[in-house]
Order: sequence, then structure tokens, then C-alpha cells
Amino acid sequence: MLRATGFFYRRRRAVDLIAKTLGVAATGFGLFWLAWILVVTLSNGVHAISPAIFTQNTPPPGGEGGLANALFGSLMMSLLGVAIGAPLGIAAGTYLAEFAERHHTWRESVRFVNDILLSAPSIVLGLFVYTLAVRPVGHFSGWAGGIALALIVLPVVVRTTDETLRLVPNVMREAALSLGIPRWKVTMQVLYRAAAPGILTGVLLGLARISGETAPLLFTSLNNQFWAGSLNQPNSSVPVVVFQFAMSPYESWHALAWAGAFIVTVFVLVLSVATRAYLLRNRVEAAA
Amino acid sequence: MNPPYTPGEAAGALPASGAALSALSVDDERIKARAAAETRQDAVFHWSLFAAAGLVLLVLGAAAASMLWGGREAFATFGWHFIVSDEWDAVGHRFGAFVPIYGTLVSSAIAMIIAIPVSFGIALFLTEIAPTWLRGPIGSAIELLAGIPSIIYGMWGLFSFVPFMAANVLPWVDRNLGAIPWVGPLFRGPPLGIGMLTAGIVLGIMVIPFISSVMRDVFQTVPAALKESAYALGSTTWEVVWKVVLPYTRSAVVGGIFLGLGRALGETMAVTFVLGNAHQLSASLLMPGNSIAATIANEFTEADSDIYLSSLIALGFLLFIVTFVVLTIARLMLYNLARKEGR
Repeated sequence: MLRATGFFYRRRRAVDLIAKTLGVAATGFGLFWLAWILVVTLSNGVHAISPAIFTQNTPPPGGEGGLANALFGSLMMSLLGVAIGAPLGIAAGTYLAEFAERHHTWRESVRFVNDILLSAPSIVLGLFVYTLAVRPVGHFSGWAGGIALALIVLPVVVRTTDETLRLVPNVMREAALSLGIPRWKVTMQVLYRAAAPGILTGVLLGLARISGETAPLLFTSLNNQFWAGSLNQPNSSVPVVVFQFAMSPYESWHALAWAGAFIVTVFVLVLSVATRAYLLRNRVEAAA
Repeated sequence: MNPPYTPGEAAGALPASGAALSALSVDDERIKARAAAETRQDAVFHWSLFAAAGLVLLVLGAAAASMLWGGREAFATFGWHFIVSDEWDAVGHRFGAFVPIYGTLVSSAIAMIIAIPVSFGIALFLTEIAPTWLRGPIGSAIELLAGIPSIIYGMWGLFSFVPFMAANVLPWVDRNLGAIPWVGPLFRGPPLGIGMLTAGIVLGIMVIPFISSVMRDVFQTVPAALKESAYALGSTTWEVVWKVVLPYTRSAVVGGIFLGLGRALGETMAVTFVLGNAHQLSASLLMPGNSIAATIANEFTEADSDIYLSSLIALGFLLFIVTFVVLTIARLMLYNLARKEGR
């Protein structure tokens, strides 16, 4: 009897130990890929970075050059994406958190659809913008690229605005409303001020997400070997250039692709780490 | 025009005097006017916010409608053959989506086989095993995996992982797993590096952070009293997780898995780099294939006829429908736990 108990006890201990070991191994497995990907990207990218990257345009096949036009295109289209997506997202998020309490079904269905949009494949949104803003106009353009990116920013900002505003204590709303201040002023001047760090985090996360986005740009802004100068023309962007150059057989193009990959990775990582740190600091301040 | 009003004027005036009365009534009108203006402003504000929320619904609906419309020519021409035919002939204008559909499903299945146990292990580590001071940094590091753009996974996959697979892993797979009866044909083939297995592994790595962060978050919602009761009865950590935490969070865990599956199905760039863009059906996972998203990304700018373009958009519509269903299941499963919590 005692021996049997001892056997079961040892067996349970052994199972526990195996499970814990596998848990540690799984975490190591995840971190291993992170380290491998970062080391490969950063080490290849550092060798490929030079001042010419920022001053010259993308070269013809096999030639030497830089990424200046792609960087410009990426910058303009990302800014356009945030400029369109962020205000709409903040407005929709505010509606969900503040103005829809009497329309439960409607509110929940918008939240539900927004959650779907948040995880929907970006390539699908790219196709949508192609039929919306490229086909009727007749040519690819930076505007279309910006709209496609805006559709990716939108659900991120809706979600964070909605969640942040719901965390603002009701006392603030009641205090402001009891002074006879109209609701739009309460929202703009009291609630947004309290929720600013959270909303800003959402906008920055949206920016981080679109700065490496490739698939939707393939059908909207396409590519441009030269300096586009305006958003009316097809625009090159760093991710699309990386895609095109990495798939090519030319060594000099590969080097430029690594340089682009390096810039995108560093930008995204710095942005997301800084956002996290910013949010953490503000949360701590709010709690103190 | 109303005379300028100062508070002192009203306070100083006697109630009986006519001047004060008229001042009060003027004031009343101004308050009314202002209240009316504010009501108007509130209504405008309210309706603009409402329109923005409606836009969110509109985007999803319009995306589906526009792709159905764009793909109508392909659906009308090929009918059901569009889904079941494996013919993809750009010159003869005959298109069937079976190869990309098969590739999408198989590569996602491989991804889930890898990602589900690993994510569970990571969530277990982050909620039960790791010392508290280590949980934050490791959790953030795993989430960084989700922040890396998919194009970077693609480049790393093409230049580092594919050669590694071709040199070290695939010959071994061919020799050993290929010899197993029944499942052997899946693993037999030349070690090209690019192919279904490589794409599935890369996809698996990409969805691990999504699934593990959902699992970690829902594991943390289990009431401490439940877990502590089990510990007090002498349970081991594993028994607490397997018999208390997992049953409590089952629906949300399944939701997280479906969320990851939705990501894997729609992932484009990384797969495009390592899948090989080959429109041929082969039993072996070591052979190149194609996926819906990779086909669209590779061939969209080359589509030289209306029916070709329409077929690609129709593929996009199929992808949209599949991911929509998967993500809907995911959200419903996740809402179940939220309701249980009373949130």
C-alpha cells in the first residue's frame, strides 16, 4: 500500500517535472527564433548601411544606389495612413466607449467587426482599396497606398481608444457634466486629456504596424524606381523594394534589401519598445 | 443686440426694478440661445462619432462586396470548378484555385501543429514556472516576435532558414520520416529548402506570440482561490494547470488558437518568400507549392487579362470568407470567458 502510494507520488512528481521542463524548453524555442532573426537582420543590415542609402534613388537591375525614394514614399504614405486612420479611429472608439450605452447590440456588433478587422489579412484590405481607389482612377498612386494603410491603423486605434476611455473614472464625467458643460466639451477637454497616453499608444502601435506592411501596397502604390515627388503617382516604399530586391538575383540589390530590412526592423522595434516604456511610465504615475 | 451683461449688475439691482427684470429676461434668452447652440454642437459631435463607428462596419462589408464584385467574372466563368480544379493556366485563361487553397490549408495546419504546444508551454512558463521578476521581460521578448514585420520573416527565411533546412534538416527528414509507411510520402523529396514544410514552420513561429499572449492573459484570469485550493489539496503545478486552469479557460484558449489560425491563413509576405510559387499539386511537403495570399501577391501585377485579374480577386474573396469564419469563431470563444468573468 505504502509502496503503491510512493509510486504514484513519484509518478506525479515526474510528470510535473517533465511539464515544467517542456515549458522552459518552449520558451527557449520562441526566444531562439527571435534571436536568430534579429541577429541575421541586424548583422546583414549594418554592413549594407551607407550614406548613399539616404541620398540616392533605387538603382536599375544590378546597379548601385540607395533607398531615398523608397524611404520618402514610406514616410509619406505612413503619415497619410495615420492622418486618416487615427482621427477616424479615435472618433469611432469614443462613440463605442461614451455614446453607445443605450444601443447595446449596435455597440457590440461594431466592436465585434472591429476585432475582425484587427486580425483580417492585410492583403484583403489591399485588394479592397485596389477596387476602390486604383481601378476607378486608372492608375496606382500613393494616395491609394495611404488609404490602404489607414484601414490597418483604424481598428488598432478604435480598440485602444475604446479601452482607454472605459478606464477613465466616472467621477470625472459626472463632475464635468454637473457643471453644465456640454458633452462634446467634456469629451474633448476632460476625457481625452485623461486618456491621452493610452490613445497615443494606440496611434503609435498603428504606425509601427504599417511601417513594415508590404502586401496591401503591392496593389495600391505599386513601386517606382524614381523619385515620385507626389502621391498622385505610383510610389515606392521600403517594404515593397525589400520584397522586389530580395527576390532578385543581383548581389547589389540584395545588399539594398538588407539595408531596407534593417531600417524597417530598427524603426519598428524602437517604436514598439518606446511605446511600451511610455505607457508603463504613465501607468505608474497614474497609480502613484 | 443684447446689452453686455455683468454679474454685478444683476446682484446689485433690486428685484422690483424694471431694469433688472428686463436684464434678467435678456439673460434668460442668452442662456437659452447658448443651451440651444450647445445642444446642436452635441448633436453634431454625436453624429460624427456615430458615422465613424458606422464606417468600421462599412469597411468590412464593402471589402467583402467589392471582392465578390471583382471576382464575379471568375465565379461566373468557372463556377464550382474554380474551387475544385487544380488547373492554373494564364495563357489558356483557365483558372482553378485548388492548389493555392490546398497550400494555404496545409501550411497553416503545419503552423498550428508547431505553434499550439509551444504557445501553451510559453504560457505555462510565464504564468506558473518563471520567477515573477522574469515574467515581464520574457513576455515582452516573445511579444517582440509579433512586432517583427512579416517581410523580415520572409527575408530571413529565404536567406538563412531555407539554406539551413536544405543542408541540415530536410535530408534527415527524407531519410528517416520518408521511410515510415503511410505517412512516408509526405516527407519524401529533394531537399530544396523552399516548400510547404519550411513555410509551415515559419508561419508557426509567426503565430506563436499571438496564441501565447492570449493563453497567458486568460490563464491570469483564473481566480487565485481556485488554484490555491488545488495546491492546498496537494496538487502539483502541472495538475493545477491541466485540471483547473485549462478547464476554466478552455473556450478562450480555443479562441486564441483560432486567432492564430486566422493569422496563419492570411499571412502573405513570409509565405511568398519561402513557398516557391509553384502551381502544382504534390503529395510531398518538401516540394514547393502555393498559397492563396502568395498567389495574389506574386501574380497581381502580372495579370494581363480581365479573367486573370478577376480570378485573383476571387481568390482574395475566398480567403476573406475563410478568415472571417475562423476569426468569428475565435471572437465568440473569447467572449465566452469575458462573460464568465462578468466583464
